[in-house]
Amino acid sequence: MSHQSTDTAEPLVLASEADVVRVRQAVRAAAVAATFSLVDQTKLVTATSELARNTLVYGGGGRVLVQTVDRDRRRGVLVEFVDEGPGIPDVDLAMTDGWTSGSGLGLGLSGAKRLVDEFDLETAPGKGTSVRVTKWKR
Amino acid sequence: MDRVPILKIGDILLVSIQIDLQDHIALALQDDLSNRIVETGASGVLIDISALEIVDSFIGRMISTTAAVSRVLDAETVVVGMQPAVAITLVELGLTLSGVRTALDVDRGLALLKRSAGPVEEEPLEPASPDRTHEPPVD
Repeated sequence: MSHQSTDTAEPLVLASEADVVRVRQAVRAAAVAATFSLVDQTKLVTATSELARNTLVYGGGGRVLVQTVDRDRRRGVLVEFVDEGPGIPDVDLAMTDGWTSGSGLGLGLSGAKRLVDEFDLETAPGKGTSVRVTKWKR
Repeated sequence: MDRVPILKIGDILLVSIQIDLQDHIALALQDDLSNRIVETGASGVLIDISALEIVDSFIGRMISTTAAVSRVLDAETVVVGMQPAVAITLVELGLTLSGVRTALDVDRGLALLKRSAGPVEEEPLEPASPDRTHEPPVD
């Protein structure tokens, strides 16, 4: 599959709660530019909020890349979260509804996955975590 | 530090969240509300989230916890004004805000709080004629 990126924005730094808000706003702007419906904008921004918080809290901060993508004449928004944190030892467990290693509700990863169309997670203990999500315009 | 203002109207505390909430502001609001309930003896808390563009699991947990804490402190919480897109997303995310009372807008929320704070003991569930109210039950 080939993602054709239509913009080459610089990655956003994710190092504080204020950055989480900025990332949400950047994703909202991209979703509006891609003419997503309000519900789809809201789903993508909510998934972004969950994943950005994970990157900050569990990954110790990182970078976020927001891109508009075109594939098969469909427009989408791809958001990638990268951290160099401890990684996720047990991905299956981390993807389980209700499972949490911290103070959350355990809906971060599993909930975010339900809100987007594509969800790719790469992680290894000691090697950090990368999560790529894409939502397509309906 | 940014804080969400809490207004006291009669025996109800009114909160209208008008900013893009950071997690620590949400937590501060939770603490502030608990303290104000005790200080004021408020019987109800109305949280207007009509300006919130998203409710993620963190904010959802804050709302649920606030409702549970206020209940323990003898106050009812009603969340009003949730945008439809937020409601759809919240349910798909896996949050149902169980135990949280909701209403469509501030007016309906206030009516709900007034009803629940009403003089329950003096209002029998089934209408009874005044002269029979104080008679002992037949059975």
